[in-house]
Amino acid sequence: MSISTKRRTLLKGTMGMGSVGLAAAAGLLTPQAVLAAWNEAAFKSKSIDSAIGGAAAHSDKIKIKAPDIAENGAVVPVTITSDISGTESISILAEKNSTPLAAEFILGAGAESTVSTRIKMGKTGAVVGVVKAGGKLYANRKEVKVTIGGCGG
Amino acid sequence: MAKKSIKIRAKEKGGVVTFKALMTHPMETGMRKNKKTGKMYPAHFIQEVTVTSAGKTVMTAYWGGSVSKNPYLSFKYAGKKGDAINLTWKDNTGASDSADSKVK
Repeated sequence: MSISTKRRTLLKGTMGMGSVGLAAAAGLLTPQAVLAAWNEAAFKSKSIDSAIGGAAAHSDKIKIKAPDIAENGAVVPVTITSDISGTESISILAEKNSTPLAAEFILGAGAESTVSTRIKMGKTGAVVGVVKAGGKLYANRKEVKVTIGGCGG
Repeated sequence: MAKKSIKIRAKEKGGVVTFKALMTHPMETGMRKNKKTGKMYPAHFIQEVTVTSAGKTVMTAYWGGSVSKNPYLSFKYAGKKGDAINLTWKDNTGASDSADSKVK
């Protein structure tokens, strides 16, 4: 665990370099002209509210299927189902990641409001599912315990 | 990109197609350090995945670096057997790949 703790500290230190340096580095690595639709600001933002563009109302109609304990934080299977009518998009966020937004799914023609994928989680925290329906944001969360790097437990 | 980096499986049951796909991609966040050189691995992850079926876009996914390596994607949509499916992804280096399949 001590190695991973150090790693976290290091990550925090690097992130603290300042947003200017970070943005410049990101600009070099990301050819935004090609990918205009990809919301860079949202994927780079460090808080949930700014990543999804506003505060979301809690809703039990969003169901999050994720393990209670994830042995490997690099691969956490997550399924999000929304029972909210008129669901337009589903976003998956990992609360404790340095950039919480993991994925955003825009539902197309005939798509049901269920998506599954696998995400990385830096440490124990909540997986947040955010649903956009009728211009409003709804969210639900589920705690996932992460035991990093097969420490065993 | 290497051939067959995308695996698609789509099955229809009762008018609903269950779509599953696996892509081969390192999905580097840009925040991981190479222990030998002390340098950061550059970010390299899929940003956009588009799935079309029978000429219609059924799913657009925008991803960040927090999606796991060799990403998995699954969802359901209304469709029928024999529909053509295409999955295309683009990553942050501008590379892209696509694969075609059919609903079974």
